[in-house]
Amino acid sequence: MTAQATNITAAPSLVRRLRIRVPLLVAFGLAWLGLMVFTAVFADLIRPYDVTQMDLSARLVGPLSPGHLLGTDELGRDVLSRLIQSIRVSLAIAFGATLLSAFFGTTLGFLAAQFRGVVEHLILVLADFQAALPFLILSLAVLAFFGSSMVLLVGLMGFYGWERYARISRGLAISAGAQGYASAVVQLGAKPSRVYLRHILPNVASTLIVSMTLTFPEIILMESGLSFLGLGVQPPESSLGNMVGFGREYLTRAPWIMLGPAFVIMMTTLSISLVGDWLRDKLDPTIR
Amino acid sequence: MLNYFVTRLFRAVLTILLVMTFAFVVLRLSGDPASILLGPDAPTDSIAAFRARWGLDDPLWKQYLAYLKSIAQLDFGVSMRDRSPAIDLVLERVPATLALTVPTLLIQLGVGIPAGVYAALHRESVADRGVIMLSIFGFTIPSFVMGLVLVLVFAVTLGWLPSGGQDSWQHAILPIATMSVGGIGILARFSRSAMIEVMGQPYIRTAMAKGLSWRDVVWKHALPNASVPIVTIVGFMVGSLIAGAVVVESIFSWPGIGRLLIVSVSNRDLAVVQCLLLVIASAMVIANLCVDFAYGLLDPRLRAKAAAH
Repeated sequence: MTAQATNITAAPSLVRRLRIRVPLLVAFGLAWLGLMVFTAVFADLIRPYDVTQMDLSARLVGPLSPGHLLGTDELGRDVLSRLIQSIRVSLAIAFGATLLSAFFGTTLGFLAAQFRGVVEHLILVLADFQAALPFLILSLAVLAFFGSSMVLLVGLMGFYGWERYARISRGLAISAGAQGYASAVVQLGAKPSRVYLRHILPNVASTLIVSMTLTFPEIILMESGLSFLGLGVQPPESSLGNMVGFGREYLTRAPWIMLGPAFVIMMTTLSISLVGDWLRDKLDPTIR
Repeated sequence: MLNYFVTRLFRAVLTILLVMTFAFVVLRLSGDPASILLGPDAPTDSIAAFRARWGLDDPLWKQYLAYLKSIAQLDFGVSMRDRSPAIDLVLERVPATLALTVPTLLIQLGVGIPAGVYAALHRESVADRGVIMLSIFGFTIPSFVMGLVLVLVFAVTLGWLPSGGQDSWQHAILPIATMSVGGIGILARFSRSAMIEVMGQPYIRTAMAKGLSWRDVVWKHALPNASVPIVTIVGFMVGSLIAGAVVVESIFSWPGIGRLLIVSVSNRDLAVVQCLLLVIASAMVIANLCVDFAYGLLDPRLRAKAAAH
């Protein structure tokens, strides 16, 4: 957001260039994501009411009414305020989990590339296992039996999609070893950790970032699905999914409780897909 | 060829064994089923009797061996709620879930692949752009939002279709529609890109240059080659179908295995959850095996490679 603002004042020609380079839909996606990040960061400042503040005299007030832009829910809590807080919670979970899964998967991929043999087979068997159970089913079992907590939820979501990073980083690391620059550093006496972190990682980073744009929306959908089923984020904390889940009971009388968060989920995943596709075309060396 | 299938089969068995172990470890280590089922205020002697009855006092490895042995005899234990065999509870729910997932898969294949292929053959046309946009929307809408919106429109506002239950074929329409949308989007997008890639290959140019009709080029040269990546994605979709069934059955109160899973998970009915995990994992593994075998049939290169060994 700030980078764009300075661009406008500093160099108008840059704006024109950006407009040509960035398709309209992608620009829209970027703007929406900017808005979401802004909302998540400044949630406490822009929230008109407290999330748990009830007003029993104003229950199920419709949207666009004075004081409650998006209406209120069954306890008279302001839907907009809850939506803002939910955006923060859902984005924080998805962001943490994406980083975790990228870290975990890339590490395993590099380990497989470095040691080959038994380690590689073990990691492949783990990936098979992950593929054999739909992730939602796996998480349902784990969450319901350990009880749902924020830490467990982020940790669990952090297992989502690790096999994708593992596969990519293993493949890229093996081909990097064959390209000569990695073996050249090994010949110079570098330790494996240095080879992987300083030489191979920067070369495969763009591909990994592109896969993060694939994982991120999927994690948002997974978390909201779990929360919708009542097994993800627990009240009084709210997330986009559990707002839809609770709003479902008031579907006929107060559909706005559910439509707001549903709209935000859709727009966010849509924006990330659009931006991710565009980034893939720009960054990914494997499809060039 | 035989070698290829044997390796696949071995890995499939290994995967199922892993899932069994996972289910056992997670479910047993996570809490004490005796105090959950009998309540925190239950007298100690009835808790002790319960633990002895279900073998909960043995060391874990002993419980595990007993577990493996009973599964080998197709005995998945007894539901802790109503004492009926877990496998029966699960199997009696399977037809209801199949009644949703099979039509869904057929619709996804029947709509998604033709749409994607048509879009690929008419690139940059209005139809192509339409297919791309619709498919992106299709897989960014979460199934629970789709389901609730459909209920809001067709059941609440228009009153055309029932919103939940399983009394007539009309009850299945909204759940099947909800589940189909995402898969159609994925398949359309995937078959479009597979087809575009194939159409750019030199052998297509050759086929056209030698004067084959457009239809022959598409049906005999392009489609068979594009089918390999499409089959791969269909294998993956079986998993999302089952996961989708969990959400959709819970929205539309459809008495299938998805709802059974959620109910037994919240009741901590260990035997039923373990049985469900195994049934679902087996279904997935079998689906993936079918995909692997389909490769063998679809891809002559694989046959040739296997014959050379």
